[in-house]
Amino acid sequence: MKNRINQLFETKKENIFSVYFTAGFPNLNDTVQIIQELEKNGVDLIEIGIPFSDPTADGPTIQHSSEVALKNGISVKLLFEQLREIRKSVNIPLILMGYFNPVLQFGVEAFCAKCHEVGIDGTILPDLPLNEFEENYKDTFIKNNLHNILLITPQTSEKRIRQIDDASEGFIYMVSSSSTTGAGKKVEDFHHDYFERIQQMNLKKPRLIGFGISDNATFTNACNYANGAIIGSAFVKSFDKNVTIKKSISSFVTEILLPA
Amino acid sequence: MKYQVNEKGYYGEFGGAWIPEMMFTNIDELKSRYLEIIESDEFRKEFDQLMKDYVGRPSPLYYASRLSEHYGSGIYLKREDLNHTGSHKLNNTIGQILLAQKLGKTRIIAETGAGQHGVATATVCALKGIKCVVYMGALDVSRQAPNVKKMKMLGAEVIPVHSGNKTLKDATNEAMRDWINNPEDTHYIIGSVVGPHPYPDMVARFQSIISAEMKGQLKEQTGNKLPTRVLACVGGGSNAAGAFYHFLDDEQVELIGVEAAGKGVDTPETAATLTVGSPGVLHSSKTMLMQSEDGQITEPYSISAGLDYPGIGPLHAHLHKTGRAKFLSATDEEVLQAALLLTQKEGIIPALESAHALAALEKIKMNPDDINVINLSGSGNKDMETYLNYFGY
Ligand SMILES: Cc1ncc(COP(=O)(O)O)c(C=O)c1O
Repeated sequence: MKNRINQLFETKKENIFSVYFTAGFPNLNDTVQIIQELEKNGVDLIEIGIPFSDPTADGPTIQHSSEVALKNGISVKLLFEQLREIRKSVNIPLILMGYFNPVLQFGVEAFCAKCHEVGIDGTILPDLPLNEFEENYKDTFIKNNLHNILLITPQTSEKRIRQIDDASEGFIYMVSSSSTTGAGKKVEDFHHDYFERIQQMNLKKPRLIGFGISDNATFTNACNYANGAIIGSAFVKSFDKNVTIKKSISSFVTEILLPA
Repeated sequence: MKYQVNEKGYYGEFGGAWIPEMMFTNIDELKSRYLEIIESDEFRKEFDQLMKDYVGRPSPLYYASRLSEHYGSGIYLKREDLNHTGSHKLNNTIGQILLAQKLGKTRIIAETGAGQHGVATATVCALKGIKCVVYMGALDVSRQAPNVKKMKMLGAEVIPVHSGNKTLKDATNEAMRDWINNPEDTHYIIGSVVGPHPYPDMVARFQSIISAEMKGQLKEQTGNKLPTRVLACVGGGSNAAGAFYHFLDDEQVELIGVEAAGKGVDTPETAATLTVGSPGVLHSSKTMLMQSEDGQITEPYSISAGLDYPGIGPLHAHLHKTGRAKFLSATDEEVLQAALLLTQKEGIIPALESAHALAALEKIKMNPDDINVINLSGSGNKDMETYLNYFGY
């Protein structure tokens, strides 16, 4: 079967809406419902966060959701159990995103095999660098039809961007600015010269812009420079104890996709 | 050269640079330039001058006669406690501040546990007139109040970290986040032989002055260049790396690292990483870690804030694995007694960290003719409150 990430980018070239959430947050067993509701409301691609005790690339929102999720009892093993039947109800591509150590302890081979078994299409593992991936793990990922998506930042040199363009499968995760994750930026806070510079490089792989995208204005703006954008912290923040997950997701997505 | 880092940044199976792309440019710059810079004549000259006139080196190698008599074996203390700012930490921060200047950086960040590395960083930033931000776990801020005030007086901004266990690991996380957010003007002065390559090698090189001096001093004092064994405490492992460095290839010299057992290695309240840990990736290095089955880092505990870390430098993980060095551990209780013994036998109050190395003297077999060198990494000034509360003076 063709990887669902590739299918998505073949059929949709712009305004791809991708959402990150932390597995096990706000409640341990919300994972499946969150995925189902995001798809129902028109989200194109989902990144399921695997919590880690020491998320060094994340700002306060995802630090907090990770801490709560771990307290709730989430683990890689439990997450795979939650996802066991996900492909009976969900068709959009699913990506697991997290730090490398929990994957390493699960066993990289076993992790990739499990991903394949439950229908995960890709991974984003920020602290698994390109050289380690290519030397040690690439074959295992390919065998399991699992795309490993790589990041670029405003500091990444042109030469390295070309390397990443060759190596990243599915798409390139374009980190919007030199920062950890977090919501709350305004359109004028983004480096449009960087966005334009990358746009003019004519890369082979599609690009999604993430980090700091949080509302309709920043989403729409990012979509002008890439195939779409990723929202994480703003979504994680949007859960409200007094509102059902169904309602809260529907109003969040509506607000982001609101015609400008 | 069997125990040196290889060109990929590994010591055997440990090390590497497991960095997110956001740190790539800075680490790549450091990796490609650190050797050329620190081996240049200009750098060496300034480093050596500061070591002599500012840090007060060479630090004495002191024959502890009453302690030797007590143990029935020759015991020498390498007096890193007599360095300016009271520990070995300044050797590294002097090296890194000079390097940061050569790289054109104008802002320094650091993490600290006990506050010794924070003070050593704030000190060199004052010396060079460079802006300094120190991250410190909120729990350590309250445990080590005098060092916090010192850093402030030195002109540093101290930022308490409220995440996790509010100790050294969390301060390190926050310093890494700062670097990700400030990739252009900032250099991160890591305080031990931990973190991504080239930090473990770079910090070990700066600290290697300890064993270089030891060799010369032993020759002068005993006519013998080589000790029977060298003992040092191990948190991240920088003072131990410095004390072992020039003996690594002298395989007849026994190397002993001492970790913090806390309340005991069979309790959850321990920081003895090599005893209870397993290989994993933390703070951009593949090394031995205290972790759960699911790969979550577990919270360490030690009476000494400077050893309260759930990992260990990759060099030590390798020395452990190959058997080149032996690693023991000492409990809080054993450490306090060892500190008291040194105080009353020699009139030297050691840092709690350094007292771990002293406590190991109770656990090893020594012969009368042996030359045992203990790296006395720091002074007990910062720990007086703990000592006074415990002993009730
Ligand atoms: C006096 C002293 N010794 C030892 C250490 C532990 O660090 P390392 O293992 O890097 O030498 C510290 C850390 O704060 C310290 O202050």
